[in-house]
Amino acid sequence: MNAPVVLGILGSVLVLVVLFELLRRRHLREKYAVLWALVAVGVLVMTVFPGVLYAASDLAGVDVPANLLFFLASMVLMVLTLQHSYELGRLEDKTRTLAEELALLRMELEGRDVDRKGADG
Amino acid sequence: MPDPSDQTARKASGRAVLVVVPAWNEEAAIAATIADIRATADADILVVDDGSTDRTATEATAAGALVCSLPYNLGVGGAMRTGYRYALRHGYDVVVQIDADGQHDPRYLPLLIDLLAPMKADGADLVVGARFAGEGSTYRVSLPRRFAMRLLAGVLSRLAHTKLTDVTSGYRVANRRAVELFAAHYPAEYLGDTVESMVIALKAGCRVAQVPVEMRIRQGGQPSQTPFRAALFLARAVVALSLALIRRWPDTPSDTEPVTQTSVSA
Repeated sequence: MNAPVVLGILGSVLVLVVLFELLRRRHLREKYAVLWALVAVGVLVMTVFPGVLYAASDLAGVDVPANLLFFLASMVLMVLTLQHSYELGRLEDKTRTLAEELALLRMELEGRDVDRKGADG
Repeated sequence: MPDPSDQTARKASGRAVLVVVPAWNEEAAIAATIADIRATADADILVVDDGSTDRTATEATAAGALVCSLPYNLGVGGAMRTGYRYALRHGYDVVVQIDADGQHDPRYLPLLIDLLAPMKADGADLVVGARFAGEGSTYRVSLPRRFAMRLLAGVLSRLAHTKLTDVTSGYRVANRRAVELFAAHYPAEYLGDTVESMVIALKAGCRVAQVPVEMRIRQGGQPSQTPFRAALFLARAVVALSLALIRRWPDTPSDTEPVTQTSVSA
């Protein structure tokens, strides 16, 4: 067994174990885990059966199989960052709405306190 | 605090007016601005304190306004949507936006409100107090900024089928129809509170009109105008306008408004 195979297997198994553990402890939602799991399984498959990668690069017309790997890896990272930007935007919208509602509720509550004090005195 | 009986009487007349003042660190000007509005307009005043770190909220309360303090700074868009939501829930017919720095003269208010739809037959849903429409010779801006404002005004005039000369003005009044729309959709992004909100209103079928007003010298704070900032303003204005034009907005204003939904299924 040569070094790249060992590294590939170790890396993908590590990612899968960490994913499993994060999901089990409910630190990771399944919508994020699916993509990572696919990446880890893909790496594992390609390490154990390098023929898959060679066949794929032949099919895509890429001369150096490693280039196809780099291309796919950068695409996966881009999609993941895009997903994070999207989720971040949604979260900002939600916190904004919460902040507005909180401010209105606090004002109504303070107004009610003033009214009660006025009625007592 | 506004007198409740007073408020009910005005609501019965169909012209209950709420002045919303978005304020961010305006302790120097806010009290005078509120006093000015109270002296000239028959309206309730809601100051939305946009995460100020100074005494803005205290000063505004002491000056007799209702004060709503946002937990952190959201920008004018966030402050205004808070105001629109408050107005919608408390049954106001007209919402006025006046900046806290005192550059908007409240004496123009009756003029602006009289152009709104229920007050005037075939009136507008949103009326803007515009700076470059004749009055307001004291207001000067640099060349790139002026060009950006012309560009924005030109595009929005075409969209509105009426001549608009100053679409970045923060002096505006909205009727019930526009308030319902803005309570659900009022962007907090750059220029969202002025340009994009107007695009949203136009796309939802609201009518927009303008009234020439003279702006006064700011009572506090410094106007920020360097050539670099003006050029930056131009670039950001183009981006904001393009985004506003291509974006899709839901045409049902009540889809995020949980006013009447109070029942909880067990």
